[in-house]
Amino acid sequence: MAKKPEVRSDAVHKRIKQRDKTTQHKIVGLADEVTKKAFAHREPVIPIPVRAKSNTIWNRKRGILQMGDNRADRQLFNLNQAKQYMQTLLHASSIKELIDREKTLTLRGMFYAAKHTVAGTNENTFETQDESDPILEDLEVSLGVLREELHVFAKKAGTVAGNLTVVDRGVPGRADEIDLRRMGSGGWAVPSIVEPDTLEFKKCEAKFVLHVEKNTVWQRFNEDRFWEEHNCILTEGSGQPPRGVRRLLKRLNEELKLPVYCLLDCDPWGHYIFSVIKQGSMSLAFESERLAIPEAKYIGIRAKDYEECDLPDSVKIDLNDNDRKRANEIANYPWFKDHKQWQKEIGKMVSNGFKMEVESLIGKDISYVTEEYVPQRLKKKDWLE
Amino acid sequence: MSKQSRNTEATLFKNSSGNGHSHAKPVRRETAETMALKQKDIAVSEFFAKNRHLLGFDNPRKALLTSVKEAVDNSLDACEEGGILPNVTVVIEDLQPDRPANAKQSRYRVTVVDNGPGIVRKQVENVFGRLLFGSKFHRLKMSRGQQGIGISAAGMYGLITTGKPMVIHTRPSAKKPAHHIELAMNTKTNRAEVTVDDETQDFPPQRLKTVCTGTRNPGFLNTEDYITGTSVSIELEGRYQKGRGSVDEFLELTAIANPHARITFVPPSRVSSDDQEDLPLGDAQKDATHADALTQEAAHLGPSADSVSAPAGIDPSLTTIEKDGVIFFPRGTDNLPPETREIQPHPKGIELGILIQMMRDFEDSNKRGGTLYNFLQEQFSRVSPAKASDFCKAIAVHSRTKVSDLTPPQIEKLFKEFQEARLPSPPTDCLAPIGIRQLQAGLLKGVKAEFYTAETREPAVYRGRPFQIEAAIAFGGELPADDTARVIRFANRVPLLFQQSACSSFKACIETSWRNYNLSQPRGSLPVGPLVIMIHLASVWVPFTSESKEAVADYDEIRKEMKLALMECGRKLGTYLRKRDQMKRQEARRDVFQRYIGEISKAVSEINGSDQKKLYEVLLAQARKRTAAADLELDEEGKAKKGDPVDDLKNDDSVLIVESRATQAIVPPSLEEAGDSGPKPDLEKLSTTRKAKKKKPAKEDPLFD
Repeated sequence: MAKKPEVRSDAVHKRIKQRDKTTQHKIVGLADEVTKKAFAHREPVIPIPVRAKSNTIWNRKRGILQMGDNRADRQLFNLNQAKQYMQTLLHASSIKELIDREKTLTLRGMFYAAKHTVAGTNENTFETQDESDPILEDLEVSLGVLREELHVFAKKAGTVAGNLTVVDRGVPGRADEIDLRRMGSGGWAVPSIVEPDTLEFKKCEAKFVLHVEKNTVWQRFNEDRFWEEHNCILTEGSGQPPRGVRRLLKRLNEELKLPVYCLLDCDPWGHYIFSVIKQGSMSLAFESERLAIPEAKYIGIRAKDYEECDLPDSVKIDLNDNDRKRANEIANYPWFKDHKQWQKEIGKMVSNGFKMEVESLIGKDISYVTEEYVPQRLKKKDWLE
Repeated sequence: MSKQSRNTEATLFKNSSGNGHSHAKPVRRETAETMALKQKDIAVSEFFAKNRHLLGFDNPRKALLTSVKEAVDNSLDACEEGGILPNVTVVIEDLQPDRPANAKQSRYRVTVVDNGPGIVRKQVENVFGRLLFGSKFHRLKMSRGQQGIGISAAGMYGLITTGKPMVIHTRPSAKKPAHHIELAMNTKTNRAEVTVDDETQDFPPQRLKTVCTGTRNPGFLNTEDYITGTSVSIELEGRYQKGRGSVDEFLELTAIANPHARITFVPPSRVSSDDQEDLPLGDAQKDATHADALTQEAAHLGPSADSVSAPAGIDPSLTTIEKDGVIFFPRGTDNLPPETREIQPHPKGIELGILIQMMRDFEDSNKRGGTLYNFLQEQFSRVSPAKASDFCKAIAVHSRTKVSDLTPPQIEKLFKEFQEARLPSPPTDCLAPIGIRQLQAGLLKGVKAEFYTAETREPAVYRGRPFQIEAAIAFGGELPADDTARVIRFANRVPLLFQQSACSSFKACIETSWRNYNLSQPRGSLPVGPLVIMIHLASVWVPFTSESKEAVADYDEIRKEMKLALMECGRKLGTYLRKRDQMKRQEARRDVFQRYIGEISKAVSEINGSDQKKLYEVLLAQARKRTAAADLELDEEGKAKKGDPVDDLKNDDSVLIVESRATQAIVPPSLEEAGDSGPKPDLEKLSTTRKAKKKKPAKEDPLFD
C-alpha cells in the first residue's frame, strides 16, 4: 500500500498562511483608504478596475485577452452607485471574517451572509445573488487576489475521469488520494478550487485531454470507455465551463503538457465557449493568465459535418436572428478576426443556415462519435486552432 | 243671496254638461262688487307670517339659525358703524331639556349681546318690531343686512311659535341706565306693541351668567367689555344640531371672516337626537382636552410663532377654544375694517321703474321743483355737469326743464340713454374688503392647515354696482386628504350656509382648473385634497338668488373676478406644492445615503477597527453637505437658479406657511445639526397625526441602541 499522503507540508501551510495574511492586509488597506478619506472630508471612493470591453486588451503574442489598467472610482455619493459601494464593503467585511476563521463559503453563501435588511428601512442589502456575484469579482480585481484567496468558491460543476491520480487537499486537515480511473459511471466532480496547494497531480499516464460541452456527451464517452482506449482524460464543463474546470484544463495543459481538444456544438454558443477556453473572457480578463489555453484545439462539430458525415436532415436546427448576430460578433473577436479558417468556419455555418449539436452524430449511430468521429479527426489532425 | 247663487251654481253645472241647452242664462257666481267687498289690504307682516320660508324660517333648525344670524349681523354692523371692536356673545338656552329623545324640536331662548353703540329708546320699536323698516334698504352701502327684514322677522317667528315677546336691553349711553323693553309685533298693523318699558342697570344681562359652568367664569360677559350695547332675547321653537348649516358653523365662519370680532358662544347643553356630524372645519373639542383654563396661556394653542412664516401683524398662535360649555373665538386683529361710505346709484345700475320713482321723490323733496340737470348730478354717481347737459340734449329737453314736466316717452328715452352712454365706473371706495392679512388670520384661526394664501382683487362693477372679490385657500396640515375640497362662501362678511350648488362662488370654484396647481379634480366638480377654499363677495348690493340671502346670483363680471382670484391663490399653492415635492425627492436622496452610511460605517469598523460612530457622523455630514448644495443650486429642470421659490413665497405677504404642520420638511435641515429636527414635541401631542412620522437617524437609530 502506498504511503499515505502527507496532509499538508509545512511549506504549503506556511504559504497558505502567508497568502491569507496578504489578503487580509489588502482588505484592511481598502477599509483604511475609506476611513482616511472620510475623516479628511474627501469623498471616500473605491477605485475598481473596469471590467468591460473598453478595458480589455488582446495580447496577440500570448494569444490571450488581458485586462487594461483603467480604473473607475466607485462613489458613495452617487445615487447609481451608492448601493454597490455599500455592498462592496459588506462583502469585504464578510471575507475578512472568513479568512480570520479559516472557513470558506460559496458565492451563494456569501450572498446570504451579507444579505439583511438595512437598518431603519424596508430595503435589503442584496435582493438577488445576481447582485452579489459581480461585487465579489470587483473585489477580486480591485484587491488583485484570486477568488479562492478570498476564501470564496463557486458551486462546482464539471466532471472528470481518466488516466490521472490526484491528491485532494481541499478539505482542511485532509489529504485524499483520488484515482480518476476508478470513478465509475459518474465520474469525479471537479472541485471549485483547483490550485496546486489543494489539488496535486500525482501520477499521469494520459496523452491528451478531451473536453466536451455537456454531461450527456461525457456519459457517452465514459460508457464507451473512450479514455481507456485512447488513454486520455475526459472532462466536461456543463456549457460554459466554470473556473474550476478551466483551471484544471489549464494546469493539465501547462504543467503536464497535455494537448486539449474541445468537442462542442456547432453554434454560436459553442464557438463562444471555445473562445473563452482559448483566449479568456472579458469579464474575467484578469484571470486569463491562469485560465486561458491559447493552444486549445477545436475538433468539432464542424459546419461541414452535415455533408461530410452524411447526417440526416432531422439534425438541422435553424439559425435565428440572434444566432446570426452572435455569430457576427464572435467572428470579430480578436482571435477569430484574423484567422482565415475560423472566418470560413463561421461563414459556412451561417450560409448553411442551421446549427448542429454534438448529439446530431447519434443520427448516424449511437456510438459514431466515440468510435469514428473523434478518433478519425484526431488521426487526421483535422481540427481548428 | 247665497241661496240664489247656489241655485245658479246648480243650473250652471247642468248647462255645462254639454247638452247645448241654450235656454239657461249664464249666471255668475260673483260679481265685481261682491268680490271687491272681500278684498282688503294684507299687511306685509301678515304675508310674511304665512310665508316664513321666504325669510329663512322654513324649518325649526333653520329658524334657530336665522334668528342667530340676523341678530349677529346687526350687532357686527352696529359695532362697525360705531367704530367699536365688536364683542358678541350668543347664548342659546334649551327651555325643555327634559323632552323625550325623539322630539323633533324644542323651545329655545336665543340671546345675542353686543357692545355696540346701543339703540335710542325711540327707535327700539321700529328696529325690532317692524318689517321692512331700516336704514339699509334705501342706500347703496356695503353692509351685512341689505333689506332690514331680519331681526323683526325673528321676533315675529318667536311670537308665533311661543307667544312670548322679544326682550331687549340696550344702553346707548355709558352714564345712563339701560332700557329694558319687551315687545311683540302686531302683524296686522306692522307695528310693535310694547308690554314692558323700564330702565335697568342689568346690562349685560346677569341672568346669562348662570347658564352653565363656563358662564360663571368672571371673564364671561363682563361689564368692562360691554359698556354700551344691545342684547336681544327671543324665545322660539327650534332645533339645535351641529354640523352643516348649524349655528356652530355659522359662528365659526363669521369668526373667520371677521377677525376683528371676538365671539363667544354658549350652545345648549343637549344636541338634537340624530345627525351628529363632525364640524366641517375643525373640532374645537380637541383643543379643549389640552386647554387648562380660559386664560391667556390657553389661547396660545396654535403653532408657536417661530415655526410659522407669516406676514407681520398676524399672531399665529390664536385659535378657537372650548371650555366648560363655552366656545370662544378670539379676536385675531385689532384693526377695524375701514368705514364704508354710501354712494349714489349709477345710471347703468337702475331700472326704469326705479328711475320714475326717484324722479317723483326728487320732485317731492324739492319744493321749487327740481330741474333735470340737478336731478342727474345729485341723485346719481359719476354724472358730471357736462354729462348732465349731454343727457338733456340727447332727449331734446332744456337742462332747466323740471323733472315733473317730463313726459313718459321722454323718461323712457332718458333711460335708454343711460344704458348707451359712456360713463366712468362707479366709485369703489365704498367697499371695505376683508384684506389678505385678515383673511389669513381668520383662516389660521379656524383651520389647521400648513399653507395659507389670500388674494384681494381690485374692485369691479356689475350692472352699475361696485363689487370686490376676495379669495383665500388653506391647504394640507390636518385637513383630510381624501375628501373633496370644502368651499366656504361669504357675502359682505356674512357666511352663506345653504344652497351651495346654486351659488356663483361655488360654480367659480368648479370652473377653476385646479389640476394646473398639482391637485386632482374630477371633471365638473371640486378638487380632491386637503383644501379649504374661501370666497368673499363685497358689494354695495349683493345679488342673491332669493330673499333668504343664501346664494349669490350669476353675473359674468362677478364670476370672472372670482375665478381670477382663485387662480391667483392656486398659483401660489402650485408653487408651494412643487417645492414640497422637490424637497420630498431631496429627502429621498438624502435618505439613500443615510441608509447606506449606517451599513458602511459598521462594515468598515469591523474590518479595520475604526470608530464606527465617528465614521458614521463624518460620512453623514458629507452626505448632508452634498445634497444640500444640490438643493440650492439646481431647480427641477436642472438649471441653476437664483433664489429659492419658497423663500420668495415666504417673503410674500399673501402667503403663510406653518412648517410644523407640513408633512414634509420644506427646508433642508441645517448643517450644524447632527439630526433632522422633527415636529416640535408639544404639537405632536396635540395634532391628530395623519402624517407618517419619518425616522430620523440620529435620534432613533437602532445601530446606536
